[in-house]
Amino acid sequence: MRTDIILSGVGGQGILSIATIIGSAAINEGLYIKQAEVHGMSQRGGDVQSNLRISSDPIASDLIPLGKVDIIISLEPMEALRYLPYLNKEGWIITNTVPFVNIPNYPDQEKLMEQIKNLKHSVAIDVDAIAKSVASPRAANIVLLGAASPFLGIETDKIEDGIRRVFERKGEAVVEMNLKAFQAGLKYAQESLNK
Amino acid sequence: MNNKHLLLGDEAVALGAIHAGLSGVYAYPGTPSTEITEFIQAHPLAEERNIHRHWSTNEKTAMEAALGMSYMGKRAMVCMKHVGMNVAADAFVNSAMTGTNGGLIVVAADDPSMHSSQNEQDSRFYGKFAMIPVFEPSSQQEAYNMMNDAFSFSEHYKVPVLMRLVTRMAHSRAVVETGAVREMNKMSFPSNPGDWVLMPAVARKRNVKLIGQQVDFLNESEKSIYNKYVDGKDHSLGIIACGIAYNYVMEHFKDGCPYPVLKISQYPLPVGLIRRLADECDSLLVLEDGQPVVEEMIRGVLDSGKVIKGRLTGEVPRTGELTPDNIISAMGLKDEEVYPPCELVVPRPPALCQGCGHRDMYAALNEVVREYENSRVFSDIGCYTLGFLPPYRAIHSVVDMGASITMAKGAADAGQFPSVAVIGDSTFTHSGMTGLLDAVNENSNITILISDNLTTGMTGGQDSAGTGRLEQICQGIGVAPEHIRVVVPLPKNMEEMKQVIREEIEYKGVSVIIPRRECIQTARRHNKQK
Ligand SMILES: Cc1ncc(C[n+]2csc(CCOP(=O)(O)OP(=O)(O)O)c2C)c(N)n1
Ligand code: SF4
Repeated sequence: MRTDIILSGVGGQGILSIATIIGSAAINEGLYIKQAEVHGMSQRGGDVQSNLRISSDPIASDLIPLGKVDIIISLEPMEALRYLPYLNKEGWIITNTVPFVNIPNYPDQEKLMEQIKNLKHSVAIDVDAIAKSVASPRAANIVLLGAASPFLGIETDKIEDGIRRVFERKGEAVVEMNLKAFQAGLKYAQESLNK
Repeated sequence: MNNKHLLLGDEAVALGAIHAGLSGVYAYPGTPSTEITEFIQAHPLAEERNIHRHWSTNEKTAMEAALGMSYMGKRAMVCMKHVGMNVAADAFVNSAMTGTNGGLIVVAADDPSMHSSQNEQDSRFYGKFAMIPVFEPSSQQEAYNMMNDAFSFSEHYKVPVLMRLVTRMAHSRAVVETGAVREMNKMSFPSNPGDWVLMPAVARKRNVKLIGQQVDFLNESEKSIYNKYVDGKDHSLGIIACGIAYNYVMEHFKDGCPYPVLKISQYPLPVGLIRRLADECDSLLVLEDGQPVVEEMIRGVLDSGKVIKGRLTGEVPRTGELTPDNIISAMGLKDEEVYPPCELVVPRPPALCQGCGHRDMYAALNEVVREYENSRVFSDIGCYTLGFLPPYRAIHSVVDMGASITMAKGAADAGQFPSVAVIGDSTFTHSGMTGLLDAVNENSNITILISDNLTTGMTGGQDSAGTGRLEQICQGIGVAPEHIRVVVPLPKNMEEMKQVIREEIEYKGVSVIIPRRECIQTARRHNKQK
């Protein structure tokens, strides 16, 4: 198997914890993994992204070439589209629908959503609302991970194990909350696929 | 014990150093090198062994302290971002002249494409300049393995070794398999104590010795396990791929590259291997991250008039980091058709955090300087550099750490009034203090704002060398106590801040205003820890 992923969002939204969980699941499965992160200046309200590659064969480059990304997982709709040239034509965008507006010239939101819906494969999900209703607003990124999980090429229960490992230190309540968030995201994605 | 770890390149360097028996890391933070030291600071073995891991005031003090530890026979490492090499350069170049006792590795993390830096300088030049070997890992595993090898190299030849990383190596994770953990060196004086006194007579002798060693270094490169000649069927092209460029080549050839490839991860350049590649191939392509260091060198090595393609000839972009995409046409491959960029997407530049004290500082400063016809604000490097962007548009220069104070002084010397400097607390102790002494000595008519957030914010909140002592330091340097003014940058204190800034601009001499309020990111962290 091989899955090339771009995680995107705005600094502070928590894309790296999504990467950590997928990474943990991938390692446990004995897969190869490479993950190019962004650190530094861009952490303050600027755009951030991370390239995450998992594969059963050795991986050469830390960066994914243009047109080769299988899934863009984004915590913000405009940030999902920023990396469009990297998406392969059969690839998926899994994105939060809630815009993070911290610039004066943020694009028209309806047009943004229209662009996303017009792509061949996409799941648009209000992770903030779902996180709030089933778990905690802080688990929004895990709801998104749940929605992306059918596309990762790793079984969902292995990703749940990853969640357990990553949040173990913070206690059982935090683990449970995040598992709930994950399940809610997964359910949403499955329902929207069956539509 | 599980010996497989998912590590950043930086962390692989750190763990490799710890396992190689490191006794001290010396560093000043700087993206993308910061995580090396932070990893060591958090590592249990570093605590158990009491490895030195406190931040230094700047890269030069770090380099010198590490050299001192090496003098005592212990393994030491210095870490910095590429521009830190400029600050450390005096000590660095001369450490090649003294030579080392315990192994000494200097890690320089370059930032091609300037993700978070003011230039794209290539540290391999420094290695060549100082005439010492350079290691440039192509994978996190190699980075880990190289640390022990580089320390051994350093101890065998008694020279410092430069380890060059680039952002994509430093900040990318992969699985690393770790090896044996070596003991730390015992303390020992150098066997050649006289060599450490670089008076001209000694320096001349040392220079001859170092130049003589160049042949040994070259031989090491020719047979290094990190330099690898991989043959291919199609000899119309030979590819020289340095460091991570090797991965970008292999990305395109799942079943092996049709062209011979020479992977280079240890310098000086293995000219024997390069000649072999040149003899066997019709043309050469040089792929290297950063500046065309190797490309320029091999033009001198090969006198055959062979076609050499690279950054200098335009087959590869002259600037910016390499990517799997921008080497495609140079290798004669075709670009794939991809989605065009989405037109709706607009840039999202970084901004000062909401509630940051620098915001209130700039809000007050902007209002006061507007009362003058032609004010100039010389700024410096740190979060507060973002004061250049809207809504503040408050500053006129950002050059290198410390330049705010000295440029304000030079401008005042030229007749500028008001001449204002804005500098952060960590940048002030890094390189601002010496400039302040110049200004005091001439009673320059400048106003300095040391925007003190009690931390090194830009790089993620490391300890700042002068925290709690800035007033004392300024007084000690000679600023009149009544012109060292502390304010709390909060919206409710706006009028007071404006008044203080106004008064100190009007004072004809050196004044220092210290707006002091903790960075809200570190404050949040501290609250959580409570
Ligand atoms: C020579 C050099 N070393 C390190 C850096 C990386 N760097 C940029 S700003 C900065 C620290 C800034 O801290 P401070 O002056 O306290 O300002 P703050 O970011 O906290 O506002 C560092 C370490 C650099 N640009 N140049
Ligand atoms: S990290 Fe700290 S110093 Fe930097 S902008 Fe945010 S609050 Fe201000």
